[in-house]
Amino acid sequence: MSYVTGLILLLVSSAIVNNVVLSQFLGLCPFLGVSKRVETAAGMGGAVIFVITIASFVSSVIYKFILAPTGFEYMQTIVFILVIAALVQFVEMFLKKSVPSLYESLGVYLPLITTNCAVLGTAINNVTKEYDILKSVINGFGVAVGFTIAIVIMAGIREKIEYNDIPETFKGSAIVLITAGLMAMAFLGFSGVISL
Amino acid sequence: MNKNLERLYNGLWKENPTFVLMLGMCPTLAVTTSAINGIGMGLSTTVVLVLSNMMISALRNIIPDRVRMPAFIVVVASFVTIVQFLMQGFTPSLYASLGIYIPLIVVNCIILGRAESYASKNPVIPSMFDGIGMGLGFTVGLTLIGIVREILGNGSVFGVTISALNDFHITLFGLAPGAFIVLGFLVAIMNVVRRKMEAAGKPLPAVQGCLSGDCSGCTLSSACTGKSMVHVTKEEIPVDPKDVAKPEPAKDAVKQTANTKNTEDVEKSGSDSSYADDDIEGKEENK
Repeated sequence: MSYVTGLILLLVSSAIVNNVVLSQFLGLCPFLGVSKRVETAAGMGGAVIFVITIASFVSSVIYKFILAPTGFEYMQTIVFILVIAALVQFVEMFLKKSVPSLYESLGVYLPLITTNCAVLGTAINNVTKEYDILKSVINGFGVAVGFTIAIVIMAGIREKIEYNDIPETFKGSAIVLITAGLMAMAFLGFSGVISL
Repeated sequence: MNKNLERLYNGLWKENPTFVLMLGMCPTLAVTTSAINGIGMGLSTTVVLVLSNMMISALRNIIPDRVRMPAFIVVVASFVTIVQFLMQGFTPSLYASLGIYIPLIVVNCIILGRAESYASKNPVIPSMFDGIGMGLGFTVGLTLIGIVREILGNGSVFGVTISALNDFHITLFGLAPGAFIVLGFLVAIMNVVRRKMEAAGKPLPAVQGCLSGDCSGCTLSSACTGKSMVHVTKEEIPVDPKDVAKPEPAKDAVKQTANTKNTEDVEKSGSDSSYADDDIEGKEENK
């Protein structure tokens, strides 16, 4: 298997087969909290793609060139969480100054992202699975695309659910969780399609 | 002592993080495939929670308010790293089955939530008991969900097969969809309990985590970006309705006072004092 084929398989695997929300349970907060409207869900997805891709790159560069040579691998959790928190702030400041139009559409979602364990989870996964820098970026991008797919589908379903007659007890997050369960069942169909 | 017992009761029952506050849903869904995993995750979270609560409480007067969130995160992350290595060394099989969710204890809402809302305001001993109560409450919650999922999915409890359930396996409940569905039903049951308690005049504390419908409910959402982490105190200052109502006049007033001072060099103390109120308003705004 050539390197490029490996990258494509990795992308598909992280986006669909091992979907970050529906099979890894990461990033549930925004998945449940920001999935009421398709537009906001898509905005959140865009912000997550942006942040996770950059965070994967930065964290794996830091790991490879700073932590690994100096023997500080065990500091990864502390370093990564601080780097991600700082990074999100830098991204926010950069977008505000340089790309105001993008900031308009993504800005409000950026503050919600560091809570997102998907970012830290992806950074740690990249290191544990010993991906090189390019693979980390591809994996991060794939994870974030998978998140966007899941949250947009969920928002589409929730817009319809609002018009349905749901038992009082199941209104709110109960029906959302069960819907997520059914979506996870659908995504379970992809399991085993790719084994890396 | 009484207060300490109250903290234990609070964490285990009154504000149980899993059933009442619904915090820390990522690990709740991810690791409850079996009762053993639930206990393992619960106890490791408890250890981190107790240690970080004690440390943060001990440092509460030293950590500057403006940088408290990053400071809390560093403290929590250090303890998580320690626990991670201890588990890797002494319980390798549990470590393998919990995997990435061990380092992710750092971003568990419960821990930073308790640090922010309790440990940073109270002495060490009550904070320790608060950590123990909350941690054990979380452990009990995870274990119960784990037991339900293990019975339904695998026909066993704590790895011991129940002979009556030999032919009874709904494998789905051990997999990802089962986690969502079990939690969905749990929320539904809690909705019923909530309504009953409300009717009885003893309403339960509100859901705080992701399941409250928006991320703002989570204490951690204020820790999300570096921005709100550093500036959180500023945003928390209750805004005076007067400031919001007429911000423009206030600014003008500042300029005017400044001009008056420059040109006429405090003509009369009376004219200055008439602006004094507005001046303070303007300064507050400028901060």
